[in-house]
Amino acid sequence: MTAKSAIFQKEKWVIPLQLGVTFLFFAIIEIAIELKWLNEYVLSRPSKIFFAFHRIIVEESILSYTAVTFMEVLGASLGLIFIAIPFGILLAQKKVLWQAWGDWVSALAAAPIVLLYPLFLVVFGRSPMTIIVIAFLTGFSPVVIKTVEGITNVRQVLKDVGRSFNLSAYQQFKLITLPAALPAIFLGLRLGLIYAMITVVAVEYLIDLGGLGNIVGELAERYDLPATYAAMCFVVGVSILFFAFLERLEKWLT
Amino acid sequence: MANIANTNELKANKTGVSAKLIVRIVSITVVLALWEGIARSGLLYKDVVPTISAILYGIWEVLADPTFFRQAGVTLGEITLSVILGAATGITVGIILGSRPFFAKIFEPLLHYLAPTPKIIFFPLLIMWFGIGEGSKIAMGTISSFFPIVLSVASGMRHINPVYVRVGRSFRATAWQQATKIYIPAMRDPVVNGLRLAFGVSTIGVLLAETKFAQSGLGFMVTRYYQQFNMPSMYGIVLIIFAFAIFVNWLFGKLIVEETQ
Repeated sequence: MTAKSAIFQKEKWVIPLQLGVTFLFFAIIEIAIELKWLNEYVLSRPSKIFFAFHRIIVEESILSYTAVTFMEVLGASLGLIFIAIPFGILLAQKKVLWQAWGDWVSALAAAPIVLLYPLFLVVFGRSPMTIIVIAFLTGFSPVVIKTVEGITNVRQVLKDVGRSFNLSAYQQFKLITLPAALPAIFLGLRLGLIYAMITVVAVEYLIDLGGLGNIVGELAERYDLPATYAAMCFVVGVSILFFAFLERLEKWLT
Repeated sequence: MANIANTNELKANKTGVSAKLIVRIVSITVVLALWEGIARSGLLYKDVVPTISAILYGIWEVLADPTFFRQAGVTLGEITLSVILGAATGITVGIILGSRPFFAKIFEPLLHYLAPTPKIIFFPLLIMWFGIGEGSKIAMGTISSFFPIVLSVASGMRHINPVYVRVGRSFRATAWQQATKIYIPAMRDPVVNGLRLAFGVSTIGVLLAETKFAQSGLGFMVTRYYQQFNMPSMYGIVLIIFAFAIFVNWLFGKLIVEETQ
């Protein structure tokens, strides 16, 4: 068992203790606000935040905002699946292309692409398309890099088995290379989707449009502090569920 | 035989290098030609896709703007300070988590899942806490940079070869000697890697925060050019920021490669 998996190995006492620590943290904040050690005008009481959850779900319809965010993530993920993965496969098959463009693809991963959002606002207008395109671009590099990595690192023995069966180039790719590269491709897709999700929420907040990022901005502008905190906790919760789901999906598929 | 093999390898490498170079030159030429073609075709609104010469002039205009270096200084200062604060807290917490399995079991899964959440949503609160000045941007960058460093350091701590630690103990090394001779050298890679990631996310956090609410910084300049519809300068400043981010990332990469060698 690796050191990391040992840390994530759940023992019976871990979850209750995690919940206990979280509860204690909120209790300390509640008491600190009660004793006026913390300013209630900048830090809302956890009890008020708790009751604001009902309000943001019923009155603010945060679930419909969540649906909008997920539609945008879905749009970006379709781009990643149907453009970035085939592009990665092409680069892996044509070595010279990867040699020439590999550094550029890696450099793209280091560039703050999300900063291009004003540019896309001009090109696509204040529409979900702007958000989807930026999210796709931020997820593009990890998907391409991991796809290339997966295909080029297929074990030689597997390729030799394919050759010994006189498989055609297409059969070799379909029956050997692609299945062997799938774990790396899914890892890339998971990373790409995480970047895409972060970017979608960020751009929604920045341009006041669409789903979860937008509602956080709206509530903050209304200075509805408990609802703002509740919406933030909701976004964090949704993100965590999304990442946990992707992890499970990746494990299940590979 | 060995010489022939080496010569063949050298030829292959040369062919590879020249093919790579040709592909690069052709790619750049095609992209630039397409860009120029679209810019001149009128397919998109005038100025949305400016001509290459206009973008080059935009870069020149940005660099010649007397306020540019002051604004760049503000952003660079915010990023640097946020990475320092993120590193100070991240390394401290990372060492505790890496050396104490009990704390790691409780807190590390929480940090692992919190790390990839969109931090920008905390920005409205940071404005309330620190104002719309530089404080909120530094706080934004610090929150962003904390997570990659803490996770990298905690994982790095756990991967230190226990033999080194036992050797240190058998030589009766003091705590200081163990820290300077064993832990710090062994931790260099994860720390540098954490800093590399932290720099990237902190740059994004600071710049995005500057585009939302700010009175200075490069993000503020991007928004200003956007509001003035000065597209060539906007392209120019974004390209300058990209070049800087890629260069710093490359520097960190070099540092890691040198260490590995």
